[in-house]
Amino acid sequence: MTNANIPPASIKAIIIDDEPLARMIVREYLETYPEVSIVQECSDGFEGIKAIQQHHPDLLFLDIQMPKINGFEMLELVEEPPAVIFTTAFDEYAIKAFENHAVDYLLKPFNKERFDKALRKWMDGRPVAATRAAAASSATADAETLPAAGSTEGLLETAAQSPTQQHRIVVKTGGKIKIIPLEDIHFLEAADDYVKIHTHQGAFLKNRTMSYFERALDPTLFVRTHRSYILNIQQVTRIDPYEKDSHLCILQSGAQVPVSKAGYVKLKTVLGL
Amino acid sequence: MAKAPLATGKFLLIFISWWAIWAFLQVSLLIGFGLAPTTALSDSLVSNTLVALCCGFISNNMQYYLPKKERYWYILFISLGLSAIILLACKAILVPLLSEKAGITDYAQFFSRSWAVRYDIVFLQVGCMSILSVLWYSSEEEQENRQRRNDAERLSKEAELFKLRQQLAPHFLFNSLNSISALIGSQPEQARKMIQQLSDFLRGNLKKEDQQWVPLSEELQYLELYLDIEKVRFGHRLSTEIACEEGCLGLRLPPMLLQPIVENAIKFGLYDTTDAVTITIRARKIEGGYVRIDVVNPFDPETSRPKKGTGFGLTSIQRRLYLLFARPDLLETHVENNLFTTTVKIPQQSQQLQQS
Repeated sequence: MTNANIPPASIKAIIIDDEPLARMIVREYLETYPEVSIVQECSDGFEGIKAIQQHHPDLLFLDIQMPKINGFEMLELVEEPPAVIFTTAFDEYAIKAFENHAVDYLLKPFNKERFDKALRKWMDGRPVAATRAAAASSATADAETLPAAGSTEGLLETAAQSPTQQHRIVVKTGGKIKIIPLEDIHFLEAADDYVKIHTHQGAFLKNRTMSYFERALDPTLFVRTHRSYILNIQQVTRIDPYEKDSHLCILQSGAQVPVSKAGYVKLKTVLGL
Repeated sequence: MAKAPLATGKFLLIFISWWAIWAFLQVSLLIGFGLAPTTALSDSLVSNTLVALCCGFISNNMQYYLPKKERYWYILFISLGLSAIILLACKAILVPLLSEKAGITDYAQFFSRSWAVRYDIVFLQVGCMSILSVLWYSSEEEQENRQRRNDAERLSKEAELFKLRQQLAPHFLFNSLNSISALIGSQPEQARKMIQQLSDFLRGNLKKEDQQWVPLSEELQYLELYLDIEKVRFGHRLSTEIACEEGCLGLRLPPMLLQPIVENAIKFGLYDTTDAVTITIRARKIEGGYVRIDVVNPFDPETSRPKKGTGFGLTSIQRRLYLLFARPDLLETHVENNLFTTTVKIPQQSQQLQQS
């Protein structure tokens, strides 16, 4: 097999799936692609994040339902996620998310043909694959043109509507990953490009916008009381009038959260006052 | 629409008897006040007939308009008003009719002297009837509501159970098929074996009906099949321990009761953890004619927090046990270190009752 155009092992791939046999079949299908090398196989999202940081792969084969954190939650924690081919058995929320964002995915069990189609599609949409010379110089353009990476944000937002993700937020703090159950959250505060999540165990940063959380969180439990604040209504102990037109919400932790005029109206409706 | 109380023969009889007693008492009372017997009789008949008509009217019409709880004081005003109307009608009929032949000189005078006590008595009768009618229709309505609630609950229970079975099945099924697909290339014998196991499992799932109780031995065999399939999927990560005390194998239990519990154990113990896990199922007979089954699974405290009482997704099972035995205490859960234990007790007597 002499193929002058495509030198072997130019594409780095990582397989993330909790079932060994599911990883095995992807590995087997990839045998016909000498240009793809599997740099690591991972059995959960925590391992996955480490492997991505270490190897900076071009492509992920990612399962959705996995222990600890699911595939979407894992992607949320990866800065500049690589292109992803999702593999999943049955998850109506995931499939809805894929379809809303026109992301290619493989439904288990999938055959070689279907697998080839997905991989070919990705390779064709990848300008650097054809002309390797340009690859080194256009590393930044690379991330933008990969089909999956471009729509990741929207995809993850849709996926966050699923029941498992509805009751927790996953954050990265230092080198560790922390899963915060929603009932532990006191309030959220905007902090530049991040949102600061205040809990009884301290505050954690997540690189999402306030409107992302406003949409993703259950509106009967979390109210955006202010441009920069969303609070957990179960933590509210008192609402005091503050300056003209605005209020201050006192939480069980003693924290004071500003409430704007519009926020006060929303808060009253949700609290049933 | 609730049936009017007076439309029932028994109540009509009571109503007429009451009416006769009242009428008789009024005649005696009037004679005691010195009225001629005929005058007393006409007076009593006319006023009591009017009251009876009015009562019938109330009891019939309350089925179309029943005051809300917070408007019960309307009854007072309705009764006061109706009583006044009755009294005016009495006066209009009786005074011209009886004026000349009254025992005491002037019947009209007698009537106006006695109006307060007459009003009192009429109000008492009408008021009682109104209250009784309200109670009657409220309880009818309550009964209807309860019936509706029961129906709704039964339907939602069926839907719930169906959903519980559906939730895990597709995920389990497609992942198993994917494992088979992976095995076909390298270990065709193993693949064939798994197809066999999966078919047996699916056949068992289809066969089960909700009515027939099954022996514990059959149920355990079936669970073992399910766990064996999971073992293929997850390799060496899963091991199982199934222990059954002697003499327990013949005991019977409702079908599809243990499976959701074990599925739940797998969901939190296997799908949501990364280390090697052991799922334990223990069955034994306990005092009072129960079979007690414990299912133990480890869990990851970082991702799942079992709540006190019925943690995880066991509410539907609790609900089903409650509907089967009318007891809320047959399902218990227990957390120790990182082990979650689900305990279910199944009464054996009531099962025999059900079978006979």
